[in-house]
Amino acid sequence: MSATPVTPADVAGPPLARPRRGVRSRIKGWPTSVKVGGVIVGILALAALFAPLIAPYGPNEIDPFALLQSPSSQHLFGTDDAGRDVFSRALYGLRLDIVLCLLVTYVPLPFAVLVGALAGYFGGWVDTVVSRLADIMISFPFIVLVMAIVAIVGPGIEGFLIGVPIAAWALYARLARAEMLIVREQPYMMATTALGYSKTRAILKHGLPNVIRPCLVYSTIDLIGNLILLAGLSYLGFGVQPPTAELGGIIADGQGYLLTAWWIATLPGLVLVLFGVGVGLIGEGISDRGLERGER
Amino acid sequence: MSLLEIESLRIEFPGEDGQLVAVKGVDLAVEAGEVLGLVGESGSGKSLTCRAVMRMVPAPGAISAGSIRFDGADVLSLDTSKLRDFRAHSVGMIYQNPFGSLNPTMRVGAQIAETLKVNRGMKRDAAKAEALALLERVGIEDPEHRYRAYPHELSGGMCQRVMIAIATASSPRLMLADEPTTALDVTTQAQILKLLARMSAEEGMAMLLVSHDFGVIAQACDRVAVMYGGHIVESGPVETIYHEPEHPYTKALLNSVPELDSAGNVQRRAALAGHPPELSDVIPGCVFAPRCEYARPGCEAVSMKLEKVGPAHDSACPVRPFADANSKAKAEGVEA
Repeated sequence: MSATPVTPADVAGPPLARPRRGVRSRIKGWPTSVKVGGVIVGILALAALFAPLIAPYGPNEIDPFALLQSPSSQHLFGTDDAGRDVFSRALYGLRLDIVLCLLVTYVPLPFAVLVGALAGYFGGWVDTVVSRLADIMISFPFIVLVMAIVAIVGPGIEGFLIGVPIAAWALYARLARAEMLIVREQPYMMATTALGYSKTRAILKHGLPNVIRPCLVYSTIDLIGNLILLAGLSYLGFGVQPPTAELGGIIADGQGYLLTAWWIATLPGLVLVLFGVGVGLIGEGISDRGLERGER
Repeated sequence: MSLLEIESLRIEFPGEDGQLVAVKGVDLAVEAGEVLGLVGESGSGKSLTCRAVMRMVPAPGAISAGSIRFDGADVLSLDTSKLRDFRAHSVGMIYQNPFGSLNPTMRVGAQIAETLKVNRGMKRDAAKAEALALLERVGIEDPEHRYRAYPHELSGGMCQRVMIAIATASSPRLMLADEPTTALDVTTQAQILKLLARMSAEEGMAMLLVSHDFGVIAQACDRVAVMYGGHIVESGPVETIYHEPEHPYTKALLNSVPELDSAGNVQRRAALAGHPPELSDVIPGCVFAPRCEYARPGCEAVSMKLEKVGPAHDSACPVRPFADANSKAKAEGVEA
């Protein structure tokens, strides 16, 4: 051992609590996957948000003199059989996809989590009713259910907007219920009783924040799933109706030209994949972070 | 009249064949401002007794007989809103696991302020100021800074201090401390016990301190009650119980406490042979008789009734194997 001077900092070690960290140092502590995913999703989301500013052409602008052109500086993703700029259409399509998927994923989520948390907290007949309903929804093939609802309300985004939440709440409710079964036995939930807090306060303020994380992690997977579902429905003709630009619809339109004009289906498809990978990385990062902290 | 009076409390759990009785007729009284220790092995029913005071016996267990009176009012017959009021204002509770007792998703300051807002009707700013004062009072340095900390950023001792701040926020007259120091190291343990004793003295707050550790009890309590197999087997002032235990179980428990000078000694203290009774075991007479070296024929027929054996000293053992030695010790003590 050399005579390295021992500073008080060495002896004291890192300070135990440092709650007032800056935003920058917090981001530094995030897993790489969250950072990478965040950058991907961020760029795509910004591009989609500012589609009207970025897109060089309108999504439905027809140029009869530029049919099926391959990618060039004029048309980054080329043009389709009607002479529409595929890059512009992909941007507008992504915009619509993101908005619709955020809606169907995150609007029903709080309700589903609440229902599940109540079932887990109270148990008994509340739990039985919620759990059996959830079982029924989960055992039903998801796409078939959504397609059946689309068939009832007619093709278009309404079917998607109604159908997905009806089917998707069950999984969130189940996750929240399972988590609540653990959380309600925690000493801090017992403490809410010992402090004379109301059940409402105990569940909403002390229960929900502790059961929602697995649901948020799952929602990132669900978001990708819904994106692909929407693209799939549009591809099948049940979702967004032409000529509205939507990634699945664009891919469906382009598949006839895969051999002669590969870019129409492939490039928007890559955008879809890239977005999905970004969201997936974020989700993985969040769940890893939970593991790191030793929370489970 | 005592602040808290528990009479022939019985707590049962439904079992596969019939009821399992975890607490079998406990009598206990806590005077105002007094610190009473409740000591016993795991499964002796001490935590259940403690929780029963708050009517928080975990389901499917239930209080099947007996009465609990707090300041003359019958706790077992309180309706829901009165019970909430009782829990919020009259009694505070702290637990064994300091990390688990705080909500991990809320800053600790907000958790203290929440109690002040909900149970004392304080406004936001007043609650914050009071919460900071409470943090200071329970001995947390740099309260402004810790106010914004999350529980995982604090050490176990600090979490327990925060818990004490929350439990004492509405100045309860009785504190139920269920193994408050078990999860802490010995130094922190002593600090927490000191803090509890100080709070109790300053506020005139009585305390029921549950522990399996005689050292903790000796440090903090005025009186102690020893529990075994769902019964209280002996109770009395701490010094008396320590120096002149009357019940063989108390004696065995004291004998099993290792001392520092026993290190390296080949003749370690003898551990008590056998196991505490299972809940399903129905033992007629004295529950300790099967493990008791002083057991005599007839012990399985005695009732577990506490009998007076000295001033404020009760024992449930009619055999009193140490009575002679104790009185001799007392006589010598007088001479010396």
